[in-house]
Amino acid sequence: MSIFVNRDTRVVVQGITGKEGQFHTRQCVAYGTRVVAGVTPGKGGQEVEGIPVFHTVEEAVRRTGADCSLIFVPPPFAAEAICEAADAGVRLIVAITEGIPVLDMMRVKNYLAAKPVRLIGPNCPGIITPGEAKIGIMPGAIHKPGGPIGVVSRSGTLTYEVVHQLTRVGLGQTTCIGIGGDPVNGTSFVDCLAAFENDPETRGVVLVGEIGGQAEETAAQFVQERMSKPVVGFIAGLTAPPGRRMGHAGAIISGGSGTARAKIEALRAAGIRVCEDLGGLGEFCREVFG
Amino acid sequence: MKIHEYQAKELFRRYGIPVPAGEVAFRVEEAVQAAERIGRFPVVVKAQIHAGGRGKGGGVKLARNPAEVRTAAQILLGMTLVTPQTGPEGRRVGKVLVEEGLDIRQELYLGIVPDRASAQIVLMASEAGGMEIEEVAAADPEKILRVSVNPLLGLQGHHVRRLAYGLRLPAAAVKEFSSLVQNLYRLFLETDGSLLEINPLVLTAGDRLLALDAKVAFDDNALFRHPELARLRDPDEEHPLEVEASKHHLNYIALSGNIGNMVNGAGLAMATMDLIQQAGARPANFLDVGGGASAEMVENGFRIILSDPNVKGILINIFGGILRCDTLARGVVEAARKTGIQVPVVVRMEGTNVEEGRRILADSGLNLITAVDLRDAARKVAELVR
Repeated sequence: MSIFVNRDTRVVVQGITGKEGQFHTRQCVAYGTRVVAGVTPGKGGQEVEGIPVFHTVEEAVRRTGADCSLIFVPPPFAAEAICEAADAGVRLIVAITEGIPVLDMMRVKNYLAAKPVRLIGPNCPGIITPGEAKIGIMPGAIHKPGGPIGVVSRSGTLTYEVVHQLTRVGLGQTTCIGIGGDPVNGTSFVDCLAAFENDPETRGVVLVGEIGGQAEETAAQFVQERMSKPVVGFIAGLTAPPGRRMGHAGAIISGGSGTARAKIEALRAAGIRVCEDLGGLGEFCREVFG
Repeated sequence: MKIHEYQAKELFRRYGIPVPAGEVAFRVEEAVQAAERIGRFPVVVKAQIHAGGRGKGGGVKLARNPAEVRTAAQILLGMTLVTPQTGPEGRRVGKVLVEEGLDIRQELYLGIVPDRASAQIVLMASEAGGMEIEEVAAADPEKILRVSVNPLLGLQGHHVRRLAYGLRLPAAAVKEFSSLVQNLYRLFLETDGSLLEINPLVLTAGDRLLALDAKVAFDDNALFRHPELARLRDPDEEHPLEVEASKHHLNYIALSGNIGNMVNGAGLAMATMDLIQQAGARPANFLDVGGGASAEMVENGFRIILSDPNVKGILINIFGGILRCDTLARGVVEAARKTGIQVPVVVRMEGTNVEEGRRILADSGLNLITAVDLRDAARKVAELVR
């Protein structure tokens, strides 16, 4: 089992003919992901890696039965690309694009609220169910199929570090999700925790957070009230100065709120086992999840 | 991206938001001339820096005649202003705003921010103007009115009415307040604001409303569609190394420690800074070279880190997922040779072709210390500062 994606997920790549789109499409296909279509306006009729390219997502979905869109569209056009995918009826949208304006994402989020679609990201590495489907830019080889651990994170390479350590101590993963480093994003920590709680093969979850916002605090409350499975937490940014954006648009301590210390305390108060030593996270998880 | 008060007030004028008469001055003589053009005293001379709390730090001076304007400008221009928000090092004042003094009856607060959790645009107003809004929020949360605006629907009349009547404005000022809020909201949308604050918004004895202060910041991600706003950036307000780094598309933030570091990915970069601190040293910077660091970026990163004289050692932490470690190692060796690195460099890399990457580092003949994992890296950083 897994959450949100599996070997049956049929992917359309928006922005498939761009440099990033082509490269990562190749990597996803090599991993075994069913990439059934691509979309680049004006390039319908072409092929990338033998995958048919369409002008619109609507046509791609109608012709290929794609149910998930992976987006590599540049920031000025990304918000529209997300809405186009939603209108075309896919059930899952994974937006990799970094640098979408906040106001654009606020409009997108309100627009999607009334539709039966899940958005992961933007500004994220994507989602992978090891051994089944890689829908994103993460290196597939560091993952270990078969569970029992779910991983959810606001980061990219930090998630790879965590997954790599889990794999090294023999803990495989059910699904790993990067929810993205932007202040306004689609799927939240809580959405992923709820799905992992309901997934019979997931026995525990690693939550990787960072400074900025209140998403970790909200997640902590959910864990305390609704989760039976053990959760390990890691929070980056203990040494981050206030008022500075630390790379991710959403990673900023503003008005004294959103500090790593406050998040760690909130997680601990909710019964989450917080690891402060990133180098020892794998071993820490082996002890907790046994 | 933050802008100065005087720049924000120019934007306000363009959007029909009333502000006191005033002019920016870069030299003492200009300040005196500005006061004479305003034509009535007193005037206020305000230091223009990108940090709040200027009044508390002595950066705002009242002048009752041209001689006092001259004295105020002489004191302020060129001074290093320390406020509760600048840190102990303070900021050098390079310009002042000379503005008419007002007959203030009441100080209010008005602000607009995007709320990340709800994806709504939040307008805040308070009768407790002139104070730090965070302090008001902590001490007296019921004194802050908040209305949420769905960005798809936009600002509605009832939003404005809730603020106007909630502030208990005199009837004569309600109409002006409504148009001010509408104009401010329009400014926020059209400039992709990330923060808009008028603190204080003053009600004068004549029931006029004016923005006595103006704090405006834009969403960096949206600057591509506002080239005219991007030009308002003041590099004098930024750390020179940060300005240099941004020219090379590097995400660099200067810090006060002694271990430089270079990492791919923002989350891992923050975690690496934390790791340096846990090892008993202090990070000299934040530097994210991006998911796919190229040899050129590594080289530029080295040069910027080494420009900081406090740096006693460097930790490179790269999780090469798609980026191959042998490629990275070659980039590091080349960059180290070109920049003539004199400090020890600990390199921790993981991912594809890591063995070959480590061999390239070892064979380079340079002072490059290989770490096998994060724990090892932390130990080796600790040795550097011992």
